[in-house]
Amino acid sequence: MIGGLFIYNHKGEVLISRVYRDDIGRNAVDAFRVNVIHARQQVRSPVTNIARTSFFHVKRSNIWLAAVTKQNVNAAMVFEFLYKMCDVMTAYFGKISEENIKNNFVLIYELLDEILDFGYPQNSETGALKTFITQQGIKGQVKTKEEQSQITSQVTGQIGWRREGIKYRRNELFLDVLESVNLLMSPQGQVLSAHVSGRVVMKSYLSGMPECKFGMNDKIVIDKQGKGGASDDPGKSDLGGGSGKQSIAIDDCTFHQCVRLSKFDSERSISFIPPDGEYELMRYRTTKDIILPFRVIPLVREVGRTKLEVKVVIKSNFKPSLLAQKIEVRIPTPLNTSGVQVICMKGKAKYKASENAIVWKIKRMAGMKESQISAEIELLPTNDKKKWARPPISMNFEVPFAPSGLKVRYLKVFESKLNYSDHDVIKWVRYIGRSGIYETRC
Amino acid sequence: MPAVSKGDGMRGLAVFISDIRNCKSKEAEIKRINKELANIRSKFKGDKALDGYSKKKYVCKLLFIFLLGHDIDFGHMEAVNLLSSNKYTEKQIGYLFISVLVNSNSELIRLINNAIKNDLSSRNPTFMCLALHCIANVGSREMAEAFASEIPRILVAGDTMDSVKQSAALCLLRLYKTSPDLVLMGEWTSRVVHLLNDQHMGVVTAAISLITCLSQKNPDEFKTCVSLAVSRLSRIVSSASTDLQDYTYYFVPAPWLSCKLLRLLQCYPPPEDGAVKGRLVECLETILNKAQEPPKSKKVQHSNAKNAILFEAISLIIHYDSEPNLLVRACNQLGQFLQHRETNLRYLALESMCTLASSEFSHEAVKTHIETVINALKTERDVSVRQRAADLLYAMCDRSNAKQIVAEMLSYLETADYSIREEMVLKVAILAEKYAIDYSWYVDTILNLIRIAGDYVSEEVWYRVIQIVINRDDVQGYAAKTVFEALQAPACHENMVKVGGYILGEFGNLIAGDPRSSPLVQFNLLHSKFHLCSVPTRALLLSAYIKFINLFPETKATIQEVLRCDSQIRNSDVELQQRAVEYLKLSSIASTDVLATVLEEMPPFPERESSILAKLKKKKGPGAVSVTELEDSKREGGELNGGGDRGPDTAAMAASNTSTPSPSADLLGIRSAAPVGAAPSSAGSLLVDVFSEAGPTAPSAAVNDDGFLSSAPPSEDPAPPLSEADELLNKFVCKNNGVLFENQLLQIGIKSEYRQNLGRMYLFYGNKTSVQFASFTTTVSCPGELQSQLNVQTKPVEPLVEGGAQIQQVLNIECLSDFSEAPLLNIKFRYGGALQNLTLKLPVTINKFFQPTEMSSHDFFQRWKQLSQPQQEAQKIFKANHSMDTEVLKAKLLGLGTALLDNVDPNPENYVCAGVIQTKSQQVGCLLRLEPNAQAQMYRLTLRCSKDSVSRRLCELLAQQF
Repeated sequence: MIGGLFIYNHKGEVLISRVYRDDIGRNAVDAFRVNVIHARQQVRSPVTNIARTSFFHVKRSNIWLAAVTKQNVNAAMVFEFLYKMCDVMTAYFGKISEENIKNNFVLIYELLDEILDFGYPQNSETGALKTFITQQGIKGQVKTKEEQSQITSQVTGQIGWRREGIKYRRNELFLDVLESVNLLMSPQGQVLSAHVSGRVVMKSYLSGMPECKFGMNDKIVIDKQGKGGASDDPGKSDLGGGSGKQSIAIDDCTFHQCVRLSKFDSERSISFIPPDGEYELMRYRTTKDIILPFRVIPLVREVGRTKLEVKVVIKSNFKPSLLAQKIEVRIPTPLNTSGVQVICMKGKAKYKASENAIVWKIKRMAGMKESQISAEIELLPTNDKKKWARPPISMNFEVPFAPSGLKVRYLKVFESKLNYSDHDVIKWVRYIGRSGIYETRC
Repeated sequence: MPAVSKGDGMRGLAVFISDIRNCKSKEAEIKRINKELANIRSKFKGDKALDGYSKKKYVCKLLFIFLLGHDIDFGHMEAVNLLSSNKYTEKQIGYLFISVLVNSNSELIRLINNAIKNDLSSRNPTFMCLALHCIANVGSREMAEAFASEIPRILVAGDTMDSVKQSAALCLLRLYKTSPDLVLMGEWTSRVVHLLNDQHMGVVTAAISLITCLSQKNPDEFKTCVSLAVSRLSRIVSSASTDLQDYTYYFVPAPWLSCKLLRLLQCYPPPEDGAVKGRLVECLETILNKAQEPPKSKKVQHSNAKNAILFEAISLIIHYDSEPNLLVRACNQLGQFLQHRETNLRYLALESMCTLASSEFSHEAVKTHIETVINALKTERDVSVRQRAADLLYAMCDRSNAKQIVAEMLSYLETADYSIREEMVLKVAILAEKYAIDYSWYVDTILNLIRIAGDYVSEEVWYRVIQIVINRDDVQGYAAKTVFEALQAPACHENMVKVGGYILGEFGNLIAGDPRSSPLVQFNLLHSKFHLCSVPTRALLLSAYIKFINLFPETKATIQEVLRCDSQIRNSDVELQQRAVEYLKLSSIASTDVLATVLEEMPPFPERESSILAKLKKKKGPGAVSVTELEDSKREGGELNGGGDRGPDTAAMAASNTSTPSPSADLLGIRSAAPVGAAPSSAGSLLVDVFSEAGPTAPSAAVNDDGFLSSAPPSEDPAPPLSEADELLNKFVCKNNGVLFENQLLQIGIKSEYRQNLGRMYLFYGNKTSVQFASFTTTVSCPGELQSQLNVQTKPVEPLVEGGAQIQQVLNIECLSDFSEAPLLNIKFRYGGALQNLTLKLPVTINKFFQPTEMSSHDFFQRWKQLSQPQQEAQKIFKANHSMDTEVLKAKLLGLGTALLDNVDPNPENYVCAGVIQTKSQQVGCLLRLEPNAQAQMYRLTLRCSKDSVSRRLCELLAQQF
């Protein structure tokens, strides 16, 4: 279990220190600073073991969050907690920065008391927390006994993530499918590795205690239905505007705690009572049949010892009606570059010496188009015999579809007590595909 | 940056450094550096000419980036360009870059050397200094090669500036330290020595460091420096504090120079010239006098400088060790420091006193401070000072104060620091042994030692007690009684149990008369400790029990009961189980007579160097144990336990370098040889040193005891080979040199070397008598089919061999094909009219023509499988004739001529060899595998050769070797 939690600024000064167990002393604070923050070599592992004490850290801009333990804990649990804590803090005071942490330290200690008990993670649902940890000081907080007992019963009850008696005039629901696509491609265009990790994020403004059912083009479900003859409800399956392939194979997925796992296990249907407001319904990963939005074709030619010619072509590979945004191609340059000339058709390109790379930015690009950049790199002859390792060309972008091929088939809402039906709910669906680590060797 | 005025530093550099300092994270710093590097690269891009200032600025930035820990792989050329600049700052930065970032890149080194050469030959002293500093900082071999001859010239040239001379001296010192072979002083020696007369004190200080280093290597060449150093020293010492102006440090004239001079003098024995010596003694006296004077300043620097000279002078006095009154004065001076406020001074005083104590002149003077030292041991707060005090006590100990010092050290041991306890224990043990007059005191002391610091008492210490108790009859009864009493303590250390077990087992009968220590009581006492002890101690106790059965028959039933119980006879430890079983059987089967013989009292241990001293020698005894002292104590130790029974036998024992047999050797000597096991005494023959390289392990030639005069028939025909000829042959399978044969008349030595299928053998015939041998002839013959297999050519030897002389004969051997017999050597001569006829087998065996072959595990097993026909393999399983020590085995296998292959056999215990036998007609590949079984003392030897006869022959040969 987590023995303590520390927050450091970039200099290694402790901003927040909360110790949950006696086995963690003050010296652990210093040990992490000396061995990780001030280490000579950059520490790449998120888990560091120093003197039989494990340190799990995440970094948000210049802030280090470190969870410390002497026991053999589940590392995935600790990191899940740390990320959750970042979410909670962001929900309370916005960006995690040194200044914000200093200004809100009382709040942070209060939160830490609530979400960790003796090192065991507790309820970290922002919505629930916000009902009893508020930022308005004690004066503005006049809560009736009823309200207090309601909070208690909610937090300790079976459905801890939603309180009763929520009412909206307009029942609305937003659904975002956010995916990031990762790729490593050989110079000849052969895919060496590719996967998509996606999230389904929901924002729900629904009255009462609605029961929801979420359906997507999961291969297992589709196949089962296909075997069972005619699908039970073909009319509902066009919510995502299906095209291309019919179903996708999901490698693994995790759900928000509101999803009934037993039902998923037996029927593979996703049904849940949603929390109020924004939350992440599920995460998943796919590796098969990924739509790669861009193809990068590099061409590098060494002209003598002092010159390098680079030509890179990018091709967009999706429907011409869609527009990709925020496209950025990063072409690494050798360490002895002494000058760069760039010519590009579209967008802007610049040699960034501080990053040893040429960065080419394009604001917008439609599908089935191509564009190219060529650069001449002058080199300074060195006496070093080391050859340039040619790191891969990486790329960033954003596209308005899901590269995994995931489609939302339906999202049904049932509320038996209140008088509104599935048709009265306004539903919004959006797909966003982003680049993860999208690299092509050259 | 043109706006910046070029005089006042480099603004670009300052901005860059402050940027780096302001970076909030490592990533930001790396980004900034990358940007700067790109900028510098674009500036260095060949086509633009840079002015000196920007070049300097960028090189500086590169240097800074390098010092931050980033790789720099360009800019060397620009730095070298800076060297040829005429501005001091630019040249300086260039040299700085070169000294920090130089790599032995050939073309650059040439350019750098060129620039340095230019600067050295320039008239500008600052440039010369910069170049010299660069040479010294780099100090590489290339630099030494290029400039080692140049620098001495600069050093002694008349027109060189003083500051340059200083740099040159120190630079030369540095080069001498890195590559002494390149710095040849030769002709310069006398002129360098005369630098000691230089006007400039700085030059003298620099030169003296060089001279000290040089004279340590070749003291004779620099002998003349002694008188110069003495006169220089006397001038400094006698000067008033204001005379030397710049070189007076807090009222002390030239303290560094004085210290260095005194240290230089310590490289040499006292000067022979009376005048010089008188002057030196005068100097030393003055230094001692000055130390007594009231301080001229209260500042700590003043006293530090003064004391530095004093301590250096005292160590010179100790080094000379010939001036009794100086030694005594030094000792008194140090005595004052013993109670000084300054911890460092107390430490230094104690340290110097340790060395003073070993001098015969000052030993008594040191002894007067005993109370102070003991006090220091008790009250000193600093542990390192306490340790020095303990060292000093050890050094000043002699017969008169031994009891007091040992008692003090024992009482200190209870509170001593853990790190020094073991050393303290050893010292107490040594002192107690060395100065023991009364052995009961000795036994008491050691038992006390075990009681107080049992954990730190190493094995050697308690081995030694037992050795001494066994060797001294008068102390045995007392020891038994004391041990018995010590064991009665409720908790006693395991070492105490060991000593107790051993001594009671041997001498328990001496105290059995007392009803309080009746046999049964003794046994019960020992047995009550049994269960708390480790396995080796238990084993020792079991041996003590069986001794009890012999000493006290009445305890037999009880002890047998103990041995019979499951925890002994079925003990999971093999050793304990074996002992229990064997002792039980022994006690029940053997008659009392047999028991009495088997379990007789241990014989006295042979006298040899105390094992404790050897141990202390191994530990660094800082200055405490000088060599003479060790020898001293060895002598005294000899008196102590050698007693009257030092016969010729023991002397031989001491000569043979057998290691001390471990006295943990059980009382019965079941496992190891008895401590008095006879070591092979090497025959002190007059000729044997010819073969000194055979080493001590080579068994000396078997002495034909009965003399062969009677055994050899006096006939003209070659005598049949001696019966032991085969045995002699076997000795030479794994080695090439040694004594082949020896009797009362003649010794034959062999030296041989083999290459491919050819060999050369040198035979040395030594006449051991004083009478000459007449008509001395030797013939080498190859009997039977050997004639076609081996070709041996010799030249005849001279027919007369004078008494005590030695003659040599050379044999050329060629191996035509593989063979199994050995050629015969027949020797005939007349000794006092009687004809001597002797035939030996020459140690030429097939394995001599081995060429080692290295191969990998894979290759080995592949070939092994290829040689799988049954006749190609020869295997033998045999009992070990010699010890199964790994190193000995390896040496033998290597001596065989094959390559010993590591990491081939999956079992690391096994040995695997490969080689090719070269004969004129063919080559025979051989693979060998030797699998030792240490428990059964057996070997399995497997040979696979491409020729079956070779396998068999080699197998026969080798089976005798192990």
